[in-house]
Amino acid sequence: MVPALFVGFSALLLVSALLVVLHRNPVTSALFLVVAFCALAGIYILMHAEFIGMVQIIVYAGAIMVLFLFVIMYLNLGADPERGAAIVMRRLVGWLAGAIVVAQAVLLLAGRWAIGPAGPPLDPSVGNTQALGVLLYSKFLFPFEITSLVLLVAMVGAIVISKGRGGKPNSSPDPSPEATFMGAGDARVSPMLRPGDSITPAASIAPAGEESP
Amino acid sequence: MIPQDWALLVSALLFTIGVVGVLVRRNAIVIFMSVELMLNAGNLAFVSFARALNSLDGQVIVFFVMAVAAAEVAVGLAIIVNLFRLRDSVFVDEINLLKG
Repeated sequence: MVPALFVGFSALLLVSALLVVLHRNPVTSALFLVVAFCALAGIYILMHAEFIGMVQIIVYAGAIMVLFLFVIMYLNLGADPERGAAIVMRRLVGWLAGAIVVAQAVLLLAGRWAIGPAGPPLDPSVGNTQALGVLLYSKFLFPFEITSLVLLVAMVGAIVISKGRGGKPNSSPDPSPEATFMGAGDARVSPMLRPGDSITPAASIAPAGEESP
Repeated sequence: MIPQDWALLVSALLFTIGVVGVLVRRNAIVIFMSVELMLNAGNLAFVSFARALNSLDGQVIVFFVMAVAAAEVAVGLAIIVNLFRLRDSVFVDEINLLKG
């Protein structure tokens, strides 16, 4: 039963991962990526990594994919226009490199190899989540604290980067002199905040000491 | 009981699909999704080795990889949004500001 389920989840995982790569519409790619992550969570649960499987669904299929879909729809991306000789060349090189990587993996797996000495069997009376929690707060306490620092830095960095620096340096079709930190690019992305609409005067949004073009 | 070779083979194939996606596609968001596929292939290998070695350390590493992946996606998507404001495009072959 378990090997059959593993083969089924693996087939679902690989097919949906291929469709992520091959489909031309980014929204469809993102939705196939959700399917791939859920299949991977099923594989984790089959391998008795129940906590990791649940975290996979919550973090990957939940949070990260919502972020992807939000950005795709915010940028209003359609299907990719792909034509020309360069794309044929790139496809050729890409599939060739993929064939090399998979040949290497098969050669490594077919060769002589063995894993190290296995530890004693895990205590079946302790749940997976409890055992992971004990390990996380004893042996891996310092990396765990560093992870919180990484998340904090990423949060601040994402806010600062996506806040932008103001106007567009390249030739803008609509030079708006009152472009503040909301930027001329914002007006195109979200037409509800066009500076001429005067919901709020754009100059009053900008903080006083902020850099302005 | 799942043979470990199968899990490692699935992991290798998933990693290959991620590599091909990074090389073939020109949409920066789809390239990011392919990077996520490669991270997940690594996670699958970690979990399968943790299972084979009767150890939980691999699962803890997977937990850390997930946290780093979440941070990476947040920063990367912010960069892509900023790039789209700057160039009106998310196609990586049109981002050639450094070309002389």
